[in-house]
Amino acid sequence: MHLKKLPMEGPLVIYEKGYDSGVLDAGGGYVVTAHIESHNHPSAVEPYGGAATGVGGVIRDILSAGTRPIAILDGLRFGDITKDKHARWLFKSAVSGIADYGNCLGVPTVGGEVEFDACYQNYALVDVAAVGFGKKSDLIRNHAQKGDLVVLLGGMTGRDGVGGSQFASDLLESQDRSAVQIPDPFIEKLIIEAVIEARRQKLIHAMKDLGGGGLSCAISETADALGVGIEMDVKKVHTRESGMSPEEIMTSESQERMLIITGSAEIKRLQDICAKFRISCSVIGSVTSGGQMRIKQGQETLADLPASVVANASLLDLASKRPSYLDELDAEPPGPIPDHTRTLELLVASPNISSRAWVYGRYDHEVGIRTVVRPGLDASVLRLDNGRYLAVTIDASPKHCYVDPRHGAAGCFEEACRNVACTGARPAGMLDHLQFGSPEDPEIFWTFLESLGGLAEYSRDMGIPCIGGKVSLYNETPAGPIKPTPMVAVLGLADRPFVAQKAADGDSLIILGDTKDEMGGSEYYEYVHGIVGGACPVVDSAVSRKNMDAVLDLIEGRLVKSVHDCSKGGLAVAATELCMTSEIGCDVGLDVPGGAPLDAALFSESHSRYLLVADAKSLDSVTSLLGKRGVPFGMLGKFGGSRMRFADGKKTVIDLSVDKAQRAWSSSLGDLVHG
Amino acid sequence: MRVGVVVFPGSNCDRDMYHVLTDVFDLDATYCWHEHGLPKDVDAIVLPGGFSYGDRLRAGAIAAHSPVIADVKRMAEASVPVLGVCNGFQILVEAGLLPGALLKNDSLSFMCEWTELLVQNNKTPFTSKFSKNQRIPIPIANGEGRYYADEDTLREMERNGQIVFKYGDRVNGSSGMIAGVCNPEGNVVGMMPHPERAAEPEINPTGRGTTSLMFESLRAGAAS
Repeated sequence: MHLKKLPMEGPLVIYEKGYDSGVLDAGGGYVVTAHIESHNHPSAVEPYGGAATGVGGVIRDILSAGTRPIAILDGLRFGDITKDKHARWLFKSAVSGIADYGNCLGVPTVGGEVEFDACYQNYALVDVAAVGFGKKSDLIRNHAQKGDLVVLLGGMTGRDGVGGSQFASDLLESQDRSAVQIPDPFIEKLIIEAVIEARRQKLIHAMKDLGGGGLSCAISETADALGVGIEMDVKKVHTRESGMSPEEIMTSESQERMLIITGSAEIKRLQDICAKFRISCSVIGSVTSGGQMRIKQGQETLADLPASVVANASLLDLASKRPSYLDELDAEPPGPIPDHTRTLELLVASPNISSRAWVYGRYDHEVGIRTVVRPGLDASVLRLDNGRYLAVTIDASPKHCYVDPRHGAAGCFEEACRNVACTGARPAGMLDHLQFGSPEDPEIFWTFLESLGGLAEYSRDMGIPCIGGKVSLYNETPAGPIKPTPMVAVLGLADRPFVAQKAADGDSLIILGDTKDEMGGSEYYEYVHGIVGGACPVVDSAVSRKNMDAVLDLIEGRLVKSVHDCSKGGLAVAATELCMTSEIGCDVGLDVPGGAPLDAALFSESHSRYLLVADAKSLDSVTSLLGKRGVPFGMLGKFGGSRMRFADGKKTVIDLSVDKAQRAWSSSLGDLVHG
Repeated sequence: MRVGVVVFPGSNCDRDMYHVLTDVFDLDATYCWHEHGLPKDVDAIVLPGGFSYGDRLRAGAIAAHSPVIADVKRMAEASVPVLGVCNGFQILVEAGLLPGALLKNDSLSFMCEWTELLVQNNKTPFTSKFSKNQRIPIPIANGEGRYYADEDTLREMERNGQIVFKYGDRVNGSSGMIAGVCNPEGNVVGMMPHPERAAEPEINPTGRGTTSLMFESLRAGAAS
């Protein structure tokens, strides 16, 4: 009931019954579908298979709507890899699992994020978002009538993953590897092609992916969503091994399976398509009138109950209480630090800020030839067949959410929107994935409600609807719960792609937005000082909208060469990233709007800020547009030379070779993994 | 000119290749499912990239025994231009149409990145519009892309002009930095990098579209 707080309606949102994915109208008769899920528990136990099957599941949700999957993004979280060998192994294996699965499917992994935090020790958060694309007229309009056939298509049902979802919601105490499903991307690829062919021939009345709960959930949810009954025979299910009990068959979470409802007139053609791709296809039952779900074994009836009972478990309203840890957070740090150059060097090479090329270099991010803006920048951009462009990103900021769940959650949503805006696209929809510990703990449930409230408020203020989402609870180990980790995916649409150009000698660096003394949950506090606490950055929706509109206007007029979001590591890191990717130095004055003291000016992670690069000929137009719009901005300095220099008044506080920073930034993650 | 794009179970660059051939270079293309024979009227054949049979056994090993391969061999002998890209190259090698083998990259992992090729042989139907030693930007995306051939074979290939593309840098440990090769006759070409991913300015981050000359070479061959 709490999830209903999120606004789900918007001019571009299309709703269809029985969908697991959200649908946005992309214009010109085309739609974009999107979904996000996690596979945390399985990945913590068996990271390769857990991560791979996480990709497989969300891809099938996209396929269920009748759209072809065109992109994958993944958010990965592990313990402190600088100290923890196990975290290193989890990270490496999860990346391999995603790479092997996505690459084989031919669906590009175009973006994502990686974060390390001791709260995920002996655990893993593996979030996968997927995007689909297709014609609006090709969407599967789920329907069924009495006498329709219920078909199970794809991989064989085996004993892997029996009770997988139950396992996923237990506290992670046992390491039950057999509850983790076995991935087979080749079968998934064949299913994609077979389903798209069946859709083209209009053979599918309704479709659902088999995920958590296996057949029992897919059957009951389908019957419930379509208002029909389903009768099925477990003997008709093609199994991988003999002697499986009906319970095992009904709850197996074997991967790469789809449930399709088709008519008796179409079944032959569907079977022909499956024969072409050599995938199994069994008619396991039929649609009945009334809402009963009847499970049989041959002639014997094993279960007969209303599908609605199985499908609609009630969501309890639990007790909530402000956590006591919030009163025990660390105090703000003792005054300024002596060596800012060394601090910036440290941050640039830190596990949470360094280049992610080691990760995305393992993912095929080009296949499908839609990728206009590649991973490694703020958001990735894909070209669509209707001549438009889709920008997409995912974000989470558990460090902020821990010290302030409400503003932390709103902040990660705002950051995702900023990333999308940096590519010239206007945010059109969001997906959320709420990951917390046990909701039965009132303090955790409080952080859940606060985070949800933060997301709902920003969503309403900005008019960016929630098109889908998921909740993952009980993310705990014997050492305790994870930090609140709401993740947000934002999709934006643009008519023209804006591809950032490198900054060149003489170009100006401008900051848009106020920098405040909001260092709580920052990398500077946690990585440099080891302090967990302080005031977390706060989102002001009115400011957010004003600044974002100004950025979109600048890009629309092509007045800037590039726009970069200012987030983790603050202005100092964001400016250094621009210099490293442009292979040029910059002299930065720290007279930033917002009145932050020196350390905050450099490292605060205040929201709604953008760095702009403008060449000499458009500089006046940029400043006059910003002036007219009444947004706070500051001229930071000019690009040139080969060093990053930050000056506080006349005093140089940072002087760092771009080349040296670049080497540390680009190699440190790979070195850590192999170290 | 009609180009047959062969599709195996698990091919995943077939649609990209089809798009580039038809929408970008205005050639007539047709998908050819691996179980069927090739149509008689195709003037060139492309084996696209992907993971045929999920790379089981070895990349390309199972697809090399598909029914369509007999037709590909027959047409290759009849001097029809044949191009294998990435997994298509692996299949041509496994089928014995091209020499050598493709091993795991020396990084032991999948690699997706842009690199540069140097054109070594500009006499094939796919490279006639290049000048020799021309540098072309192009992406790779493979796990088993390290070309290997023994010394004797390499010498013989060198003599016959069978080395079509070399990498500009040491990318994956390939023998002689080889990225693409051809048969002694020059009509069968295999390469690990993906020309179809570099043929349109919008998705080519280098701003240099010279890789398009591969498709223009093919088109020019048809016209002559």
